[in-house]
Amino acid sequence: MPKLRITDRSGKKSEIEYDSNFTLMETLRDNGYDIEASCGGCCACATCHVYIDKKWINKLENMDDDEESMLDQAFDVKNNSRLSCQIDLSDELDGLEIEIAPE
Amino acid sequence: MTEKTDVVIIGAGPVGLFAVFELGLLNIKCHLVDNLDKVGGQCAELYPEKPIYDIPSRPVVTGQQLTDELIKQINPFNPKFHLNQQVESIAKTDDGWIVQTNIGTKVEAKCIVVAAGAGSFVPRKPPIENIENFENKNVFYAIRDKSIFKNKKILIAGGGDSALDWTNELSKDSNVTLIHRRKEFRAAPDSVSKMQELETKGKIKFLKGQIKKISKIQNSKLMLEYENDDERSNIEVDYLLPFFGLKMELGPIAEWGLNLHENLIKVDTEKFETSTPSIFAIGDINWYPGKLKLILSGFHESALMAQEVFKYCFPDKKNIFRYTTSSKELQKKLGV
Repeated sequence: MPKLRITDRSGKKSEIEYDSNFTLMETLRDNGYDIEASCGGCCACATCHVYIDKKWINKLENMDDDEESMLDQAFDVKNNSRLSCQIDLSDELDGLEIEIAPE
Repeated sequence: MTEKTDVVIIGAGPVGLFAVFELGLLNIKCHLVDNLDKVGGQCAELYPEKPIYDIPSRPVVTGQQLTDELIKQINPFNPKFHLNQQVESIAKTDDGWIVQTNIGTKVEAKCIVVAAGAGSFVPRKPPIENIENFENKNVFYAIRDKSIFKNKKILIAGGGDSALDWTNELSKDSNVTLIHRRKEFRAAPDSVSKMQELETKGKIKFLKGQIKKISKIQNSKLMLEYENDDERSNIEVDYLLPFFGLKMELGPIAEWGLNLHENLIKVDTEKFETSTPSIFAIGDINWYPGKLKLILSGFHESALMAQEVFKYCFPDKKNIFRYTTSSKELQKKLGV
């Protein structure tokens, strides 16, 4: 199975396997990572904010206007900020490195 | 003055609204309290335009449509809404509860039904160190009295409707700077063009960037450090008004001594009653083995909860189960 590399808010790194039928947010939540995702994944809040490793940012589908505007409600937004509920995992993303953004 | 009813429902989201219907069929009167300025909870606040596909018999319905139609459905029962306020405390009486809100509304009822979803909506606070020390002095998340800003230097942060509306409004009598992480705004296009016009005329200033810290305070002015493209700068202002939308938190409910399971209220699956008799919890706020946070689960929970609430409201009466399709009396209540 493909793998994700995750850095949590304390800086701890870990690796998990993922099922490419799910979004990044669902995968993080299902694996017990501290990610609020209060709207449940419909791009209506900004509580699943992550940073994508620079090597990977251009391999993801571009963000749409909806996601870009929701990021306005997040803090510490960077060029590699994304909402994890809007990222559909696929086998091509095997090895993806992400960091969970501060709350 | 204390108002009187049968049940106070905390939370006017879809599940709280449908509870009015199920209770109403059993002649139980309700008041609802919600921290938002409108009815509908998350459906109306977070995703009014987004489609929901798992409401039985509705292949697709938006959050706002669902809300509007629930309001229509419960209209015959004439519930009373107390909006823009949060239930702060509850006190036991001989045969029920007195529920009090943060703005002093008091309602006496036989039972309390908590239908608070993921909790109350409260402003999202930027993670700036020590910001809490300045709240309600130099930092405001909502504006109640705009006269205090007259002739003052104000920094408004955010890109949504609140940020833009207040930028435009306060620019009349104050020195306003708007700070946002990008040049595009999610606010209504009208407000955005008005703001841009004000900027062109030099009536307001716009800064691209994000506030990083409160670097010092001098003569009751805030010195704020902000970052744009890795470059840090400072700005000195009298007031900071951050508008980053709302988030949800359990709030005062956590203090009422109800048994909790990871910030959710434990209930039984027969009556949906909490560990405190005559307090019930339905919808996303409750927990029981197998719980699914679905609107339809909340609807089911409302119906079962109402059966038990009936016993508290009418201890001497027998509750006879009837269908709206066949009962003339229920139809009379519904006005059909």
